[in-house]
Amino acid sequence: MSNKTLIVIGNGMVGHHFLEQFAASPAADDYNVIVFGEEKQLAYDRVHLSEYFSGSTHADLAMGTADWYTENNIDLHLHEQVAGIDREARTVTTAKGNYQYDELVLATGSYPFVPPIDGKDNDNCFVYRTLDDLDAIRACAAGAKTGVVVGGGLLGLEAANALKSLGLDAHVVEFAPRLMPVQLDEDGGAVLRNKIEELGVQVHNEKATTGIVDGEDCRLRMNFSDDDFLETDLIVFSAGIRPQDALARLCELDIGERGGIVVDNQCTTSDPHIHAIGECALWNKQIFGLVAPGYTMARTLSAVLNGDGEAAFTGADMSTKLKLLGVDVGSIGDAHANTPGARNIRFNDEKAGHYRRMVVSEDGKKVLGAILVGDNSHYDTLLQYALNGIDLPENPESLILPESQGGAPTLGPDALPDTAQICSCHNVSKGDICCSIDAGATDLGAVKGETKASSGCGGCAALLKNVVDSELEKRGVEVSKDICEHFPYSRQDLFNIVKVNGIRTFRTLIEQHGSGHGCDICKPAVGSILATCWNEHILATDHVPLQDTNDTFMANMQKNGTYSIVPRVPGGEITPDKLIVLGEVAKEYNLYTKITGGQRVDLFGATLSELPEIWEKLIAAGFETGHAYGKSLRTVKSCVGNTWCRYGVQDSTGMAIFLEDRYKGLRAPHKVKMGVSGCTRECAEAQSKDIGVIATENGWNLYVCGNGGMRPRHADLFATDLDDEQLIKTIDRVLMFYVRTADRLQRTSVWMENMEGGLDYLKEVVLENSLGIGEELEQHMADLVGTYQCEWKTAVEDPEKRKRFREFVNAPEKKDPVQVWTTERDQRRPLLETDAEPA
Amino acid sequence: MRTTSQWDIVCTVDDLVPESGIAVWTPEGPVAIFYIPHRLPALFAISHTDPFSGANVLARGITGDLKGEPVVASPLYKQHFNLVTGQCLEDDSVKVRTYRVLLDGKAVRLEVSKAKTLVEAA
Repeated sequence: MSNKTLIVIGNGMVGHHFLEQFAASPAADDYNVIVFGEEKQLAYDRVHLSEYFSGSTHADLAMGTADWYTENNIDLHLHEQVAGIDREARTVTTAKGNYQYDELVLATGSYPFVPPIDGKDNDNCFVYRTLDDLDAIRACAAGAKTGVVVGGGLLGLEAANALKSLGLDAHVVEFAPRLMPVQLDEDGGAVLRNKIEELGVQVHNEKATTGIVDGEDCRLRMNFSDDDFLETDLIVFSAGIRPQDALARLCELDIGERGGIVVDNQCTTSDPHIHAIGECALWNKQIFGLVAPGYTMARTLSAVLNGDGEAAFTGADMSTKLKLLGVDVGSIGDAHANTPGARNIRFNDEKAGHYRRMVVSEDGKKVLGAILVGDNSHYDTLLQYALNGIDLPENPESLILPESQGGAPTLGPDALPDTAQICSCHNVSKGDICCSIDAGATDLGAVKGETKASSGCGGCAALLKNVVDSELEKRGVEVSKDICEHFPYSRQDLFNIVKVNGIRTFRTLIEQHGSGHGCDICKPAVGSILATCWNEHILATDHVPLQDTNDTFMANMQKNGTYSIVPRVPGGEITPDKLIVLGEVAKEYNLYTKITGGQRVDLFGATLSELPEIWEKLIAAGFETGHAYGKSLRTVKSCVGNTWCRYGVQDSTGMAIFLEDRYKGLRAPHKVKMGVSGCTRECAEAQSKDIGVIATENGWNLYVCGNGGMRPRHADLFATDLDDEQLIKTIDRVLMFYVRTADRLQRTSVWMENMEGGLDYLKEVVLENSLGIGEELEQHMADLVGTYQCEWKTAVEDPEKRKRFREFVNAPEKKDPVQVWTTERDQRRPLLETDAEPA
Repeated sequence: MRTTSQWDIVCTVDDLVPESGIAVWTPEGPVAIFYIPHRLPALFAISHTDPFSGANVLARGITGDLKGEPVVASPLYKQHFNLVTGQCLEDDSVKVRTYRVLLDGKAVRLEVSKAKTLVEAA
């Protein structure tokens, strides 16, 4: 028979759950159980409180029934507030009398925090916690048009839903810059905001309420710290909760600094006969404001009271999955990627309002956390991965891709419906990508060019690549990172192999690490890598056959087999004497001349055998090769800067010349262009260059990875107000990191877009030296700068190299018969097929 | 028996560039000669004229092999030509002329039609 008494103070969800556990346990036989509830009603589901306004009654929300309590011999005292606890006498006191206990359980929950705002006690201001609160709100809502919830957290949005259900124009005022700042990140908050605004709830972020006064059009006016205001008929405060620890304070139990009844792993307070569970309990300096940890505490305590010596509460996973205003929201584990090295995979379908972020460990093997908005169907799987530390599959992103139509979720990009938005910046769906592939795009670059996907923020680059690869494979197109059939490696892999093994020739590389004899894809790529690593002359015997014809002959082949010549004009600055030489040479060889977009002069129509002679003359006049033929630095465009311009703030021309001289000859995965502007008017168009420099009052702003041409990309601001030395150091690192890690023929813009982590990652590597290779990159650049040679100067001085510039080795005087000319606008140009037609 | 062709000396070994091509002028027009040292035979000769552009540039292309076959890539529009057959890999209907070429001591001999001499053609 029962001879001991167990008293539970509080009849909320956790208190009720405890009773359910306890009543079903052996110890139930040993105790008389008395429960005190402050409210009139039996424990009810507070998580779904807002349903009270959409038709649910207390009975619908109730956790149990009065019959259940009777059946289990639980003495239920509702609407009976406990006034005090006498720990020595082991009694609790209510208005109706004293009750003896052997064990006491505090399940008093929490109370809403109301910020100390002038006017908060107005009759039209409420909190959102109990059914009584809701009744009061409902009464007030009669005749009201507008309602405001202060607080954009989980409960605040529930409250907003409640106001909406009452037919009010609902607003949410949130101090933080996004909704649910604890659970969500910026993007997730934004998707949620869009969703609930679509549902008719207006969101006001970053608003601090300073006072509540009488309104003009409504009952109240809320004044904000930014001098803005909002008129409303009623206000609901839902700005967080505080543990209800008043009774514990009165009887001097240990209380945390910021409130909360201190408990140990057995949910026992500083008094061994008093226990606390749920939101009132402070475990390991934490309050758990969710129902699930409260339930865990309830189960633990029940076991403890049953004499289970092993039972312990050891913290709880704060992952949550809920529906707010009908919108799925989920937050798992380390949702904000606070773990060092954590990386993110994101899927954002703004059209459907689905946002998913998966936080994975540095090695990419485990799920650390996740954020889900709009669709919780992936929650359970992700939670399993996170909680159980299961190794991720090879394509972890498949875990957050949408399910295929019906059925169980399948993994992989196949699961994406055609309507799924891949790139939100340019609103590109999977269907658009499939269309571009069907229309002939055969690789990632082509799809990007066609659809613009991943050319905005670049955040979808990885997903896009997945989808493209998957779709290409479906169509039987082989997708491989291998550079070509001769090397099972990417350019970056090859770079590392060459560098690490000290390989100096193509032959060694292909014999040791490849197969066959190479081709026009791998040879120039390796040629470029060898040049970057060892900086030997590109016409050294071993390297000649690696070069594209333009590199081999150090000029740009034109359609009739002749070449154009572009001498370097650093920064676009040129003396009259040098201009005259260009004119004289052009005249002598009858070359067509045109000013280039890079502030130089292009001389067209030189035959192969004329090239060395022309260059002898140019070199004698002080010119150097301009590398217009190379995958290397082309020009550094500049304005005149503060030397001449009344707006200029720095010497942009001087800086441009310095940069051009420093980086000329650097072999890169693709051509590199730079620009330097002397002020923010940006006359040098630096922001469309791979490296853009814009003068400020204090130094230089550096922009990176811009592009003009076929697919323009605005460069990203990388660092501000650098002095000369910092600027050079930073450019050294960015360029060398690009040279080392980019794919073959990948401009910096695409390199950036494909880079995992994007701009932030590049900043970490370059500015914060996160990989610890900063000095190495600088040293490598210094070595290359130190070994620069003008390729043309070396070539014209070497008879062996000059031998290559014979059009027909057995007939030096023979003119190529297909090179025929005509005159247009006073200059010579090739005769075209269309010219042959009679006029 | 009358032969209809002759083997003209067009250049010497020293004129060749390993793994690459050079151009010679012949009575039959410009010919590209490629020297691929690891192959036997190591010399290949095809027309120097790129059929897609009409320009005489094929000797300046990058050599290599695709699926085991020796090829050169046109430096203008990048089509590949089989060095043995002259077949364009990207377009079945396009084929460039091929020539027989051999090494005679240090001399490189190319087979051209008889009765036309180098001097006449030049």
